[in-house]
Amino acid sequence: MLYREAGQFKTSYSADQAMLTIPLDRWFVFALTAFAVIGVPLFASEYLMVSILVPVLILSIAALGLNILTGYCGQLSLGTGAFMAAGAYLAYKIATNITWLPIWVVIPLAGLCAAAIGIAFGLPSLRIKGFYLAVATLAAQFFLLWLFVKVPWFVNDSISGVPPAPPRSVFGFQVTGAAAGNEAKYLFVLAFVIALAWIARNLARSRIGRSWMAIRDMDIAAELVGIRPLPTKLSAFAISSFYCGVAGALWALCYINSVEPTAFDINRSFQVLFMVIVGGLGSVLGSFLGAAFIFLLPILLNSAPGWIGYSVASDTITHIEFMLFGVLIIFFLIVEPHGLARLWQIAKEKLRLWPFPY
Amino acid sequence: MEILYLILIDPFVQMVDEPSFLVEVLIGGLTSGVMYSLVALGFVLIFKASGIFNFAQGIFVLFAALNFVGLMDLGVHPILAFVITIGIMTALAFAVDRLVLRPLVNQDPIILFMATIGIAFFLEGFGETLWGGDVRPVRVGIPDAALFWELGFGEILVQSADLFAGVIAAFLVTVLALFFHFTPVGRALRAVADDHQAALSVGIPLNNIWVIVWAVAGFVALAAGIMWGAKLGVQFALSTIALKALPVLILGGFTSIPGAIVGGLIVGAGEKLFENFWGVPLLGGATEDWFAYIVAMIFLFFRPQGLFGEKIIERV
Amino acid sequence: MLTKKLVMAGVAAAIAAGAIGVVQAEEGQFIPALTYRTGPYAPGGIPTANGYTDYFHLINQRDGGVNGVKFIVEECEYGYKTDRGVECYDRLKDKHGGATAVSPYSTGTTYALIDKATADKVPILSMGYGRTSAADGRVFPYVFNFPATYWSQATAVMQYIANEMGGLEALKGQRFAFIYLDHPYGKEPIPTFDILAEKFGFTYDKYPVPFATGTEQKSVWLQIRRTKPAYIIMWGWGVMNATAVKEAANIKFDMSKFIGNWWSASEQDVLPAGDGAIGYKGATFNGSGTDYKVFEDMKGMSGLSDDGDRGTVLYNRGMVNAAYIVEAVRLAQEKYGEGKRVTGEQVRWAFENLDLTAEDIEGLGLTGLMPVTKVTCLNHEGTNPAILIQQWNGKAWEIITDWIPAMTDVVRPLIEQDAAQYAKENNITPRDCSA
Repeated sequence: MLYREAGQFKTSYSADQAMLTIPLDRWFVFALTAFAVIGVPLFASEYLMVSILVPVLILSIAALGLNILTGYCGQLSLGTGAFMAAGAYLAYKIATNITWLPIWVVIPLAGLCAAAIGIAFGLPSLRIKGFYLAVATLAAQFFLLWLFVKVPWFVNDSISGVPPAPPRSVFGFQVTGAAAGNEAKYLFVLAFVIALAWIARNLARSRIGRSWMAIRDMDIAAELVGIRPLPTKLSAFAISSFYCGVAGALWALCYINSVEPTAFDINRSFQVLFMVIVGGLGSVLGSFLGAAFIFLLPILLNSAPGWIGYSVASDTITHIEFMLFGVLIIFFLIVEPHGLARLWQIAKEKLRLWPFPY
Repeated sequence: MEILYLILIDPFVQMVDEPSFLVEVLIGGLTSGVMYSLVALGFVLIFKASGIFNFAQGIFVLFAALNFVGLMDLGVHPILAFVITIGIMTALAFAVDRLVLRPLVNQDPIILFMATIGIAFFLEGFGETLWGGDVRPVRVGIPDAALFWELGFGEILVQSADLFAGVIAAFLVTVLALFFHFTPVGRALRAVADDHQAALSVGIPLNNIWVIVWAVAGFVALAAGIMWGAKLGVQFALSTIALKALPVLILGGFTSIPGAIVGGLIVGAGEKLFENFWGVPLLGGATEDWFAYIVAMIFLFFRPQGLFGEKIIERV
Repeated sequence: MLTKKLVMAGVAAAIAAGAIGVVQAEEGQFIPALTYRTGPYAPGGIPTANGYTDYFHLINQRDGGVNGVKFIVEECEYGYKTDRGVECYDRLKDKHGGATAVSPYSTGTTYALIDKATADKVPILSMGYGRTSAADGRVFPYVFNFPATYWSQATAVMQYIANEMGGLEALKGQRFAFIYLDHPYGKEPIPTFDILAEKFGFTYDKYPVPFATGTEQKSVWLQIRRTKPAYIIMWGWGVMNATAVKEAANIKFDMSKFIGNWWSASEQDVLPAGDGAIGYKGATFNGSGTDYKVFEDMKGMSGLSDDGDRGTVLYNRGMVNAAYIVEAVRLAQEKYGEGKRVTGEQVRWAFENLDLTAEDIEGLGLTGLMPVTKVTCLNHEGTNPAILIQQWNGKAWEIITDWIPAMTDVVRPLIEQDAAQYAKENNITPRDCSA
């Protein structure tokens, strides 16, 4: 009763084609966005905003990127960390060398560079699939990180090799670097998230998104109906890498405030992959749920004993955190292999009948 | 032109000039390759029998070695510790089968892959809870001496531990090959690998088979863990050696045991040759992390199923 | 059924969220301890964390804190992951009235915190790691890296080699090897070595070790066998060290000519190599072993870590780190009011005016464990950076030299140059330290 589709008629094609056809959904999304934009900066503590929401939002962008590639186009990739690193290093390079360029241009530019790199490493996907492809994308992971550490050009020959995020402003508010205000930083990241999520949602239901899904579901059939695999797969790699590049740039400039290789190592690639799978393959919502779940669960498990007043040795907590994390992943896969997004959908379906299920 | 000379000719001139160095690099590479193969074997076993890409194999290696060394540190005799550890790995295989694989039967490979990552996390925490995070040296009397071999063109250095690893690997592969070809269980395993449903229909109990495969993989992990532990000390960082096994898998094919060995040898020798003759002089070194992956990637262009892989991956 | 589950989950989340609001109001000098007792770097992280936290507990139990102000130590485990380290810092920094000082013990986390902690007015004491140019206190008011930096260490190690070979002139024409982790940390001393090589006329080969595993060293050691360097210097961390020591022993390299930096010379680096490691040397700035008065006081005390690590290089280093903070708090109390809790800003002042003489250290029962240290506004690495060389004898690390001073005339200009670049990129106007 609370959530219903019945009796909602569309009178025009544009209404039928809207991104969110059900008013309740639409209001919910608008309200959530409004809350994120207005409510959170007003009420959230610094810790919640900068240490929790900012990284979760940035990782959501990366998860969206990987979801485009893996969830929509069916190409398994373990090179996410490298594409994020490409975004981070190039954003730093561009920002420090073309200083007049506004930062909100720099970051998408860095994303484009990452996209170009992504296309290069996407080429093997034309020949190979599945786990073979996943392992091949590891080539990008290791090669690119080696390159960024090896070539001092990327960090402007900085002796330390770990340059700090250059401080840049938007509308007079500093948004990158540590001195940036919490609200400014958060809103800056949020702007990217909203824009990219909106684009991703629309891409997925556009022609290109449909061709990705066709390739994912059955590539030979897709080819038969006239979808060319080469541009389709490479476009998925390019757009996915663009998202990852933007995420990497934001991660370096707005979260850890320095450009540093270990932040983008193989573990990051795996972390983003977990997000996509736990959140739900081929779902925009799933990318957000997955990012929040994978990033927050360890922190939650780690801080929980403190809240309830237990004092446990910090290493024991972490061991338990690892074990519980592993168990929960398996548990979720068993309960719902299609991820949190599917759980959400099921919940909505139940709500439709609530409180009178048949 | 000079750059072309440096890339295409100079390295070979060096090789000819210093044959003893070339031989040393080759032997060093091949022996490192064997160490990768030991880890890769475990992946192949499980993938062959169940089509699961067991990401936890790296942690298996660490976990097995931790148990073995931990027991030895408690004063257990090495042989007894070895047996107990095999018992633990079998129990683990049983638990994995009952608690993880059975509920997930018939799911997408990526879901099962994800589940093995869950296992990896669990074992990481569990192993450290049991045995702590300190480095534990392995002292089981693996011969560890530097041998200087006099060849016609110079003296070369060979590590007896490396040779020993080669022997262990050869032994393992032989035992596994015999096991697969001449025992009823082995035959059943091959049948399952070929076709799950056909195997089921002729009465092969699938679940027991999986327990056996995972247990065998655990045994291989223990062997690899002891060899790697003898080299580096048993510590958490051992779990990252799985990263070295992955390109071996691609090269050799996910489903071939000889492929794992040959792939390992190629990767080992190739990356060492490249590092010493191209990487260090031209690229500033440390190329070993990615070289094998790039080679594997290029190789896949031409042979998408790996060297010995069975399944032809359809062209798209 | 599923709805029910979701509701339950919601309720659980709400309870958890409510619990966040509860803040303990214990009074005292708060020490956030960022530790990594798990993960691939745990072998180094465990003893360091134990030494660090134990010393505060010792001060609390033996002296009742500093003038009655007790230390509250809270650990946050971050597993050497940069993002978790940042999260830990944010989680802890405002607890119990605010953090006194923070020591992350990781390159990545230190770099990530430099600007953040400066903005929060929490001093960072990155003792012998992190950003070397933070030694320029004009640009980095909140970051301290005494008693010595990587670059000072590099020059002091070369000085030691020169002493062994018979003077700085003897370096001329020699060939050395530098093995390092292929990561910004490992590459740090290269500019310093370049300058030294030019100045003293030696050459050196660079051998990076791939970062992802740290164990890929066969090629490195084959090359070394071929080039036969007079000395090997190593900048490693984690499992890389143990591998290198083992490989060096395997190729029968003269271990007494193999010198690790202070993160490459502790017990867990040499134990896996067994007897082969005997003779391996390392730089350090703290004594090892338990032959110090302070360990007498710790005997039988409750609430400390079990004594397995006590006396190891890294445990003692953790203690030295804590001792610096305790003394800074004492100094800050002298200025800002005895028996009162001091803020991070006040501790920063104290760090900058820290002057620990040999008598002070004797009074603390730490003679031989920590170096004489004098920090100034201008110089955050201490005015006399110096190292000791220790050697592994198969059972313990033995100090074999007196303090070897760094070549500050080489290092200081480099530090100022790098700090100036940092200041320029970040629009920082350096402080005036002449006042």
